[in-house]
Amino acid sequence: MRTICFYFQVHQPYRLKPYRFFDIGDDHYYWDDFLNRNVMRRVAQKCYLPMNALLLELIEKHQGAFKVTFSFSGTYLDQLEAYAPDVLESFQRLVATGHVEVLSETYGHSLAALKSKEEFARMVNQHKEKIQKLFNGYTPKVFRNTELIYSDQIGEMVADMGYKGILTEGAKHVLGWKSPNYVYQNSIKPELKVLLKNFLLSDDIAFRFSNKTWKDYPLTVEKFISWIKPIPASEPVLNLFMDYETFGEHQWKETGIFEFMRALPEAVLSQTNYGFSTPSEVLNQVEPVSPIQVPYPISWADEERDLTAWLGNDLQDEAFDRLYELEKIVRKLDDPDLIRDWNYLQTSDHFYYMCTKFFSDGDIHSYFSPYDTPYDAFINYMNVLSDFVLRIKEKQKELELIP
Amino acid sequence: MFGWEFPPHISGGLGTACYGLVKGMVHHNQEVIFVVPKLWGDEEELADFVNASDITIDYREKKFKSIWKNLTYLEVSSFLVPYLGPEEYQKFTDYAIHDRTDVDESIFTTKYEFSGKYGKNLMEEVSRYALTAAQIARDRDDYEIIHAHDWLSFPAGIAAKEISGKPLVAHVHATEYDRSGESVNKPVFDIEKAGMEAADHVVAVSQLTKNTIIRRYGIPAEKVSVLHNAVLDASIIKSKYEKKVPEKIVTFLGRITFQKGPEYFVEAAKKVLDRDENVRFVMAGSGDLLNRMIDRVAELRMGHKFHFTGFLKGDDVDHMYAISDVYIMPSVSEPFGIAPLEAVRHNTPTVISKQSGVAEVLQNAIKIDYWDVDAMADATFALLHYQGISKMFKELGSEELKNLKWEHVAARLVKIYEKTLAQ
Repeated sequence: MRTICFYFQVHQPYRLKPYRFFDIGDDHYYWDDFLNRNVMRRVAQKCYLPMNALLLELIEKHQGAFKVTFSFSGTYLDQLEAYAPDVLESFQRLVATGHVEVLSETYGHSLAALKSKEEFARMVNQHKEKIQKLFNGYTPKVFRNTELIYSDQIGEMVADMGYKGILTEGAKHVLGWKSPNYVYQNSIKPELKVLLKNFLLSDDIAFRFSNKTWKDYPLTVEKFISWIKPIPASEPVLNLFMDYETFGEHQWKETGIFEFMRALPEAVLSQTNYGFSTPSEVLNQVEPVSPIQVPYPISWADEERDLTAWLGNDLQDEAFDRLYELEKIVRKLDDPDLIRDWNYLQTSDHFYYMCTKFFSDGDIHSYFSPYDTPYDAFINYMNVLSDFVLRIKEKQKELELIP
Repeated sequence: MFGWEFPPHISGGLGTACYGLVKGMVHHNQEVIFVVPKLWGDEEELADFVNASDITIDYREKKFKSIWKNLTYLEVSSFLVPYLGPEEYQKFTDYAIHDRTDVDESIFTTKYEFSGKYGKNLMEEVSRYALTAAQIARDRDDYEIIHAHDWLSFPAGIAAKEISGKPLVAHVHATEYDRSGESVNKPVFDIEKAGMEAADHVVAVSQLTKNTIIRRYGIPAEKVSVLHNAVLDASIIKSKYEKKVPEKIVTFLGRITFQKGPEYFVEAAKKVLDRDENVRFVMAGSGDLLNRMIDRVAELRMGHKFHFTGFLKGDDVDHMYAISDVYIMPSVSEPFGIAPLEAVRHNTPTVISKQSGVAEVLQNAIKIDYWDVDAMADATFALLHYQGISKMFKELGSEELKNLKWEHVAARLVKIYEKTLAQ
């Protein structure tokens, strides 16, 4: 029997408030509580609450034959506790069914894997503790890195931390003629298995579902079934990876996305030889076919499926390098307030807002950005970072005074 | 006097200069009728203010039609609006080409509500303002001389002179060459030239501007007098606002445009930061070069020590001067430039470009060529580190300000009036 693996990314960043030059050295609170709370409440109403209710209904109806997987960023979980305890409770209920897997990731939804092994490990560990605390001791076994960023080296680090699998993009330039519908292995540490996103079928749901200029619009369950049936029987797994906000937020409820998801499991189970599994189950049941070589990092973002959404232009590189200059000293100071801001400042979204790829994927970038331009994003971020540096220096001085 | 704006509703230095000048004239018991396109009602009652928006034009007056004909060089299809996107530009040009007749008609309605801004209908407003001026000149006779500030009110000055036969003084605060470098806007240039030629005397805010007027506009030197600007208040400001960062602060405050030379400030900042990490550079203001400056700062990897504040207003401007250790004005071309004097009032040592009018009056400042970023970096470094020189500037600066009062400027203007009337 073949299987479909649904994984949903659940993330919200801590957005910065407008932070002026005059605030540097004076105001040490950086976060736009009002905006962050508003976004969280809006998306809770449109997506998290109704979709969680739907998933619970489906899991109960199919008595374990339907399963899903989540990955929660630490910044998301912190905001849930602060702004949406009702949503947190509904996620806890889902996880408690035993048919929902939770993945491991970095606490701050950061790009640390590209910069520092120590910082990456610290953040993964902090995230694990948070999941254990919120989900009744649950310990994630499979890893997903921020924005599915993956390379051979990142895989090696993840394997060293004891994970048995990792999720990433089935990027065309990496796969070539190969199919994403198999289990692969890390090319340095073969014990780490790699699951690749089937980006055609995933993006049909996540991006094209309501696109009226798409030739296959509208996407119906029947159509979807007719696409997955002819896939060669030898291909054991179909990885459908997407943002959880797809349901109700990116695709509004008026598009019929909830009805689509409500009808899909039953149609799959009754009309095809596919079942549903979580990543851990897939890794246990399916033998890997071969190692996969990924010398340069890939991601699931933009047309290029590389890092250029977050890094590469001068604004992004300057901000990124200035941030990670502080890495060692922040860890050494180990001050809870500093660590908290340090985590939130590392969130990849801040660098995403500074992206200047206006032509290819600029629309998507501006859809997600609270700033008018990448330049505004840069100025604001650097002002905050300047204050953060001053606080670090203050803290250092304090410590030196203690005999 | 015909102006375009008057405090508190101003968007540039022109309004401030007019205010200072009127205040100085009042000090010498001169009565001023001050006409602006739009009065807001909260102006200080220094002069006999006339709101051009209230003036009803008697369009049966034949002379007005001939004035309108003479104004045809005021092409409505000239594009003065600085930040038009392509779509807006298209709309604007369509409007200008197709609706020319409508424009004529609206200009000849009896009343006209001026915006008094620098927007899309600027040329239309300038033409209409001239007609209003003609009406005022016909209706009143309680004045001896006409004074027009900058090209926006030159057509008004010319029209008023034609109707009344009284002498005209054209006051040049900035020329098109200062604003746009070599890529001058022809219609604006034409108005400036016509204004200066029609005038009985021309007043320039600096020797630098006088040279431009002679060289670029072909006005004979003896017809041009230099009348430097001054400061409204020469007292030293003791701000209670305190700096919140430990580093020293070096500031650029102005529009981020070609004329102000922001790129030289950025390059000099890099040179200083390479030698001294303990400084923060601040670029306060907004303009079409802002994004390019941000890009360059990031490229030079000094985003952690170089900050952008956006456009500052009100108290924030004072705060910025107050916390600055050095103020730099690297203008490529600055007819006068009052900002460094504000810096001096805040006891902030200044570095100014030789290509600015204010360099002619301010002695206690370091003067450099705007393009010489090495000299700019040296000067900045010196002012930050060598107490002797910055202390001297602080002490002498306040003395210097006392000589830069609008009363003195007004007194000289009265002499110019007398000379012009005697001709």
